[in-house]
Amino acid sequence: MEVCGSSNVSLREFGCEQSLLSRPDGSSSFVQGDTSVMAGVYGPAEVKVSKEIYDRAILEVLIQPKVGLPSVRERSQEQCVRETCEASLLLSLHPRSSLTLILQVLHDDGSLLSCCLNAACMALMDAGLPMSCLFCGVTCAITAEGEIITDPTAAQEKPLTGMRDESRALMTFAIDSAERRVMMSSTKGSFSVHELQQCIAVSQKASEKIFQFYRDSVKRRYSKTH
Amino acid sequence: MAAGFKTAEPLEYHRSFLKENCRPDGRELSEFRTTTLNIGSISTADGSALVKMGNTTIICGIKAELTNPTVEAPGKGYIVPNVDLPPLCSSRFRPGPPGEQAQAASQFIADVIERCDRLLYILLSFHQMYLCWVLYCDIMCLDYDGNILDACIIALLAALKNTQLPEITINKETCTPEVNPAKRCGLHIHKHPVGASFCVFDGSILIVDPTAEEESLSTSQLTVVTDEAGRLCSLHKPGGTSLSGEKLQECISRATARQREIQKLIDKVIQSVKTAQ
Repeated sequence: MEVCGSSNVSLREFGCEQSLLSRPDGSSSFVQGDTSVMAGVYGPAEVKVSKEIYDRAILEVLIQPKVGLPSVRERSQEQCVRETCEASLLLSLHPRSSLTLILQVLHDDGSLLSCCLNAACMALMDAGLPMSCLFCGVTCAITAEGEIITDPTAAQEKPLTGMRDESRALMTFAIDSAERRVMMSSTKGSFSVHELQQCIAVSQKASEKIFQFYRDSVKRRYSKTH
Repeated sequence: MAAGFKTAEPLEYHRSFLKENCRPDGRELSEFRTTTLNIGSISTADGSALVKMGNTTIICGIKAELTNPTVEAPGKGYIVPNVDLPPLCSSRFRPGPPGEQAQAASQFIADVIERCDRLLYILLSFHQMYLCWVLYCDIMCLDYDGNILDACIIALLAALKNTQLPEITINKETCTPEVNPAKRCGLHIHKHPVGASFCVFDGSILIVDPTAEEESLSTSQLTVVTDEAGRLCSLHKPGGTSLSGEKLQECISRATARQREIQKLIDKVIQSVKTAQ
């Protein structure tokens, strides 16, 4: 949550727990600073004949907000998460099946979409679903002065009204682990092309840390004797 | 014979065209479909526009109402866009509550205009009665042939430029606002965001302004919204295969060129309506 200098990328303290729920085939909880999301994956399971696709599995994503019913905002976040997961999962290995990914927002203190993407990736790994690459989410905010903040808090994400600590633009990227390219991009606010390229570079740097964390946590988990 | 091949192997059919750097409808890879614009067609709305991009037809109607401003932004009015994809436009949409695509499109349009401080918000206040304008923008698709996001943005922009708001006076005796429909004034639009949509085939071939078939066969979709200052208002890529930096740069340059074309078109149409009146 610190302001990014020329080459220093700071993310809030993040943590993860896998296999914490007993019913879903895979589950995880991802915490970034105060933002916390829990994910559960069911699948491959039976699918309704009206929804089935003959050569691949169908993925459904549900995002439940902390308070209230899912609204239009959750639908667009679901579309982003679903298409990112579909691009990295090997869906053709499970034809005529359904995969369901449920994300429950436990607390939102900024960078919600990237926390959802990280929780989703860890839950898919925990479920043992075959994937061609991993992905992680990184959020960047551009302040009124043009500084780039990675992993902003809710206060830093607020649109400009003249108070301090607000952002002129907010962008979330999903970066893949194979070639570190942008898989998903969702932006709000106006920014120049140069700022966009800077943010992408900063996100790619930040994704290194997250992928290293994935690797470490899975290594730690499987090195224990069960 | 070609029709049979197209139904049996749609992806191979499209690939055979892409190999020759063209598309089944004869366009180049970076060519947009002909765009036509018609404004002011809905007389009961305060502003309206109809856009046709090839076969894709989108109509936008704007109604203005008076309401109390929101708690988050007490000094301004606000816009409520809503994109509707009725069963009329395509067999893939069933009757009932709006599906994911319509809701995601509504959220996208709301995000594009949310931080565009470009409208003149009229705030009236009398005693403790704070009033502001709220513009309900209903964007409906009449014919779905791909690339609705671009067409929705053009329709919304043209309809906002066409909107005429009536004059409001506060009646001192009854403390209520009085609408004078005879005197009307237009909105001041400072920014003109225009979108350009692309889709990616097989992870590497980039095509512009996809039709519905091309969208369903693509591996990834991308929409870039730019304004007249060359700044980006939105980069919307809801997942799909990853894109390299160079391809992204190509998309952005094509989008800026498109912004100029569409701005000219909208200005021409608005001008022709003014001279006709």
